[in-house]
Amino acid sequence: MPVEVILPKVDMDMATGRISKWFFGNETAVKKGDVLFEIETDKAAMEIDAPASGILRDITGGEGVDIPVGSAVAWIYEEGEAYAGAPAAQTAVVAAIPDTATGAVTIVSQPSQVAAGAAEVGKVRATPLARRLASDGGIDLSAVIGSGPHGRVTRADVAGHRPAENRSSTAGSAICASAKPGSSAPSDEQVRKLFAEGSYELVAHSNMRRTIARRLVEAKSTVPHFYVTLDCNIDALLKLRAELNASAPIVDGKADFKLSVNDMVIRAYALALRAVPDANVSWTDEGLLKHRNADIGVAVSVPGGLITPIVRNAQIKSEMKDLGARARDGKLKTDEYQGGTAAISNLGMFGVREFAAIVNPPHATILAVGAGERRPVVSGDNVTVSTVMTVTLSTDHRAVDGALAAELLGTFRSYIERPMLMLV
Amino acid sequence: MDTAVRELSYSQAIQEAMAIAMEADERVILMGEDIGVYGGAFQVTGDLIDRFGPDRVMDTPISELGGAGVAVGAAVTGLRPVFEFQFSDFAALAMEQIVNQAAKMRYMLGGAVSVPVVMRFPAGSGTGAAAQHSQSIEAWLGHVPGLKVIQPATPHDVKGMLLAAVADPDPVMIFEHKLLYKMKGPVPEGYYTVPIGKADVRRTGRDLTIVATSIMVHKALEAAETLAAEGLDIEVVDLRTVRPMDRETIIASVKKTSKLMCVYEGVKTLGVGAELSAMIAESEAFDYLDAPIIRLGGSETPIPYNPELEKAAVPQVPGIISAARDLINGVR
Repeated sequence: MPVEVILPKVDMDMATGRISKWFFGNETAVKKGDVLFEIETDKAAMEIDAPASGILRDITGGEGVDIPVGSAVAWIYEEGEAYAGAPAAQTAVVAAIPDTATGAVTIVSQPSQVAAGAAEVGKVRATPLARRLASDGGIDLSAVIGSGPHGRVTRADVAGHRPAENRSSTAGSAICASAKPGSSAPSDEQVRKLFAEGSYELVAHSNMRRTIARRLVEAKSTVPHFYVTLDCNIDALLKLRAELNASAPIVDGKADFKLSVNDMVIRAYALALRAVPDANVSWTDEGLLKHRNADIGVAVSVPGGLITPIVRNAQIKSEMKDLGARARDGKLKTDEYQGGTAAISNLGMFGVREFAAIVNPPHATILAVGAGERRPVVSGDNVTVSTVMTVTLSTDHRAVDGALAAELLGTFRSYIERPMLMLV
Repeated sequence: MDTAVRELSYSQAIQEAMAIAMEADERVILMGEDIGVYGGAFQVTGDLIDRFGPDRVMDTPISELGGAGVAVGAAVTGLRPVFEFQFSDFAALAMEQIVNQAAKMRYMLGGAVSVPVVMRFPAGSGTGAAAQHSQSIEAWLGHVPGLKVIQPATPHDVKGMLLAAVADPDPVMIFEHKLLYKMKGPVPEGYYTVPIGKADVRRTGRDLTIVATSIMVHKALEAAETLAAEGLDIEVVDLRTVRPMDRETIIASVKKTSKLMCVYEGVKTLGVGAELSAMIAESEAFDYLDAPIIRLGGSETPIPYNPELEKAAVPQVPGIISAARDLINGVR
């Protein structure tokens, strides 16, 4: 019996995966433990080892195609084992069809192969409980994508199954991938030669690291950046925050909310974008997208990189804490980190006084927030001490000019310095 | 029940049970190799010879077959002997008396006699006693209709189950894990029984049922505590009796959690976990299973003398943790 090579589940919410690279071809000899292929999800890449030694045959999982978790993507035959043609696929094959007009990728489920075999219920791997629940609920088990080993359908898969669902990937953060860094960059070998051998360790890039690198190179080399910086006096904001937190209703023995300065910064920036709608835009070659919503992507540092969950509609009692925690656990849902019309990066908690961030297209602006510090402030002829926070707005100059950037940042500061305005 | 919260060790609880049984009923006698003046291979009998005299605390010759035969004969003729083996492994020497005589007599004589003998078996690995003194053979005897086979896991249970065994009209085999002898726990004063044939849910949970036996109950509970910190909620069922098995409690637990893992020290293949798995697969709980049934049992090898290999040959806490985690997360 040939050994199935399975597309494994490497991420909690993963229903499909995409093979980014095969390291072996059809009819090649592999050893158990060899890295067979690399799979890629939105947030991670992982190398998958060969489950057995032998001859790799019938690679059905092509590169760059969305494949249901648990599907067989190839088979490994023992040396000398008889080969009687490709084994039948046991799981629904899902094909990715790029739509050239929109750039969006639509995933079309092709249950036909499985539907044809639906009469052979034994072909579907499912737990007894999943079978019973499917039977009780009138659900065709063969249409359910199994998340367990070898595509086994479990209770959770049946419970989460929606009949005839047509899932489509969100293209919210899709950007043109054509931009390549200039060829003048030194080669890997040239870089390594600058350092004595043994004086460094080569750490393989994660998929997230590669994605960050690719997107930032694109952003910094194709988006003309422009920066404006302001100081904001946050004494009033701190006072209001304390008052609001002190008056939070007690629910179940706990305060219903505890606002952070960052929650109020997010709110102020969203309101500023609403007040200056010309700056709440995205550049496209065809025209400027003027957004009706002000949704803020908030950069959250995670192991090996960063991710930007979206706070929508200028929420003040935001779910930022929950989003941040789940971002660090790698448990965000796609629609929780894709989209957004502008971004905030806050390094204040590290004591950073000020910095400038790189715009993350299709956003046209990103606000870099420094630490609130006690600083001398000149008012009239007197020097007083206040808590001051320096912010730097980076803009895509194609979409937001300097004066507009200054207007947006000034509006932001007026919300920060007169925070009661945020409540109306 | 909770008139007293005093703690006894497992071996003290056994000794107390035997003393209570002997005080209450003069037909109860103890037999075994070196249980008299020496106090027993594991000092379980202790100084009972001083209290009850050599007629009721009898040393037997170094012949398990002979000793077991005398005990079975004494039971048939009206006494209630408690026979101690030095190591459960030596049951092999007494199989004729246990399997062909004690287990069969009531059946073959149409109920005219019963064999109310209790046999105590110090069992299990972990003491560096090597391959012939470390086995867990409860499945051998659990395979024999006519015997009752129990594996109490706590001082409380061993006292109550031993008293239940003495009162039972049929032969009862008690497997006492040697590493449990020093374990302390609350033991009520006086006479009480813990029913044979009834499992005990030691920890309730939603995500997975672990059915464990003897010392593995404690390892499973430790694993469950660790996994609780990860948000995984494990139910731990102490099987307590290998034969007759408490189907009702286990089926109810598996129907609740939809997942079953069996943890036992005896050799995995054809062991107690094999019976548990098959029992669940045949039962109404089958339709509630949301994952394969997993067994963690002893390795397919004699118990090694090397202490590290000895540990590796039977389930340990880290292995239970990772297997349970994988099972709940759908990796297995």
